[in-house]
Amino acid sequence: MGHGRRTLEPAAVSESRRRALRQAAALLLAGLAPPTRGQSRSRVIRIGTTAVILNDQFSFLDEWARYLQAQIGRPVSFVHRSRYREITELLLSDELDFAWVCGYPYVSHRQAMRLLAVPLYRGRPLYRSYLIVPSPDLKTSSFADLKGEIFAYSDPNSNSGFLVPQYEMLRAGLDPLTLFRKSFFTYAHGKVVVAVANGIAHGGAVDGYVWETLALRTPELTRRTRVAAKSDEYGFPPLVARRSIDESEFRSMQKVLTGMPDHPAGQSLLKQLNLDGFARPEERLFDGIAKILAYVSTRQRLVP
Amino acid sequence: MSSALTNLSYRYKVPLSLSVVIVITAAVVSAVLGWQAYRDLRGGLIAGAEGLGRTLSRALLPSLLSDEVWSAYEMVMAPLEGIEDGGSPQKTITVLDAKGSVFVSSHPAQFPLLAPLASIGPSYAQLQRAIATQAPHSPVQLEDRINDRILVAVPILADDGTHLGTVLLTYSESLFLPNFYATLTRGIVSTLLVLLVLVPLGWNIGRRMAVPLTGLAESMAQIGSAPRAQLTERLYRGDDEIGQLGRQFERMLDELEEKRNMEKQMIAADRLAAIGRLTAGIAHEINNPLGGMINAINTFKHHGHPDRVTERTISLLERGLAQIRDTVGALLVEARMESHALSPDDMDDIRVLVQPQLSERAVRLDWDNGVSEPLPLPSTPVRQILINLLLNAVQAADQSGTVACRLRCDDRLLVLDICNDGQTIRPALLEHLFEPFSLPSESRSSLGLWVTYQLVQQLKGTINVTSAGSETRFVVRLPFAENV
Repeated sequence: MGHGRRTLEPAAVSESRRRALRQAAALLLAGLAPPTRGQSRSRVIRIGTTAVILNDQFSFLDEWARYLQAQIGRPVSFVHRSRYREITELLLSDELDFAWVCGYPYVSHRQAMRLLAVPLYRGRPLYRSYLIVPSPDLKTSSFADLKGEIFAYSDPNSNSGFLVPQYEMLRAGLDPLTLFRKSFFTYAHGKVVVAVANGIAHGGAVDGYVWETLALRTPELTRRTRVAAKSDEYGFPPLVARRSIDESEFRSMQKVLTGMPDHPAGQSLLKQLNLDGFARPEERLFDGIAKILAYVSTRQRLVP
Repeated sequence: MSSALTNLSYRYKVPLSLSVVIVITAAVVSAVLGWQAYRDLRGGLIAGAEGLGRTLSRALLPSLLSDEVWSAYEMVMAPLEGIEDGGSPQKTITVLDAKGSVFVSSHPAQFPLLAPLASIGPSYAQLQRAIATQAPHSPVQLEDRINDRILVAVPILADDGTHLGTVLLTYSESLFLPNFYATLTRGIVSTLLVLLVLVPLGWNIGRRMAVPLTGLAESMAQIGSAPRAQLTERLYRGDDEIGQLGRQFERMLDELEEKRNMEKQMIAADRLAAIGRLTAGIAHEINNPLGGMINAINTFKHHGHPDRVTERTISLLERGLAQIRDTVGALLVEARMESHALSPDDMDDIRVLVQPQLSERAVRLDWDNGVSEPLPLPSTPVRQILINLLLNAVQAADQSGTVACRLRCDDRLLVLDICNDGQTIRPALLEHLFEPFSLPSESRSSLGLWVTYQLVQQLKGTINVTSAGSETRFVVRLPFAENV
């Protein structure tokens, strides 16, 4: 909420509306869901995702759900939300079993989440945040060059799409609240690329992995943008489980995920994700994010 | 130009006028329909833009309220999906905030975010004023003539009617121009097809309308050089103005002919009168010395004693002078008005008198005497006229031919109608028929017609001769004398 004073009022309005919708959805789910959430073999495993990965993910998620279902022997369902925070909240209220979240929400809610697996991108569980500008702009090499321009973030709860650029700006002695004439959220990394490519924004913060993957899939889009700066490396958005997850359930899911490269179907899915596989994560992988979160939060009020 | 048109024949002028009217009508109708199509297509485009603007204005309200640029952008991009943009975009959709600055646009290069609308161009400045003053609560449309674009602005209103922003749609006229050109081409092709039928039809009708007029003009041009039948054979018969003109033309021809005949008759009468005066004068001048010479010869015969040679000479002189006297006497026609009134018996006498000539040539006489009582006319000249004409007719008739004599009278005049068959008189001869010595062959009748003419003149009557077909006819009209 604190990324811009201008957005304070309208954001509050839409926020209250979203909350009301969520409550309605929760009531509906409560009515439909089985009363016992035990170890029943038929209970659906619910995995939350956001647009951490690519935009056109629904057919892919169906395929992935079928794969996981076949491996685990239990029905698997993906729950998609456009906002990071909605997934976080669903996980915190135990309405999801697992979720693919960003490193930023994870470090913010470590006590409520349990690291399940971390994707391996180019062999390592690391990625960067890219500062991109429209390709005709050949001058911009840092945030300072975008003073007075319009800027696109992906999600206020995104590490690469919000926290990292905040950190970079603060570290360079710039005020993220006044540097840009206007900033807005697209709620998806891919859309940040579109916004910059189409000239809606003069700069944008985007997940480096997403940009590189788009460069493979739709090079005509990324060609209209230019990577002006790349951040340090941070822990790749991990898959987490709710704290209350059953141990065997956790283990079997972890095993299935890390074993994906061993199966042709799994390999195919990983190829679509432009990932090499999943690894058992180490907590300290996200220390970098925790560190910049601490840095930023002492200087600026952040979205909870 | 106008004189060229004036001099142009109606043969071309009427069809040309009809064709021109047809072409002009077709062109005007096409132009009106084309203009209508242009307005309809353009109106449709504007109506479509307004409809889209209204839909978007409802959908954009939440995004505008919560300052969500991206969702607004996705909304304005949705209607434009799949439209390929070249240098000049065909459609742009821009959302303005309440102050008139760009909130989001499908074409941020042209409408940079946060830029005041008025700063984008003169047309947009004008539009901004129109939005602010004219109608903040209803759609505004404007034509950007510089860039050939139609601008449509639809307000974004909150539920309580507060003006929160504007959806601005700009449509290139090239969006409907291809449709318009296609419609126009179809219209022109069908017009040309219609003209292909109508113009020859109009030309044909016009030509037919002009034919009576040109026929009349041609006939008029030939007056005097072509026979009358040829002049009138091609005349158009009808009750319209040209038909009336044709009838007038015929009447004029009749009058012309009548006038020409009258002139001819007058000239002939003048000539005959002059000849009459001349011969009478000469006759009197000859008669005076002639009388003296004849007296002298008579005296010499009674009292002289001529020898034989002288006697023969005197006799020769006497016969010659007698012939001169006869000739002069014949030329000097004087009707004897003091004779008794004409009676039916006089006519029958003449019938008897010509019998020897009739039998000599075996000519049949059709005698039709309608006179049954005495008439107030001097008998001697009338008898002479009738006998002259009858003898003339018998001589001119074919061998074993026919001569018809018809006599009629009413209370004012007597009509003698004598006609014979046989060879007709040559027109050249007909003109000089009544002049003395005009018939060279027959000396006898050469003075007969002259005498007849003189007598008729002296009786204040008229004589007409017609010679056509195989019939020659003399008609004499003699008015009754005042007091006989």
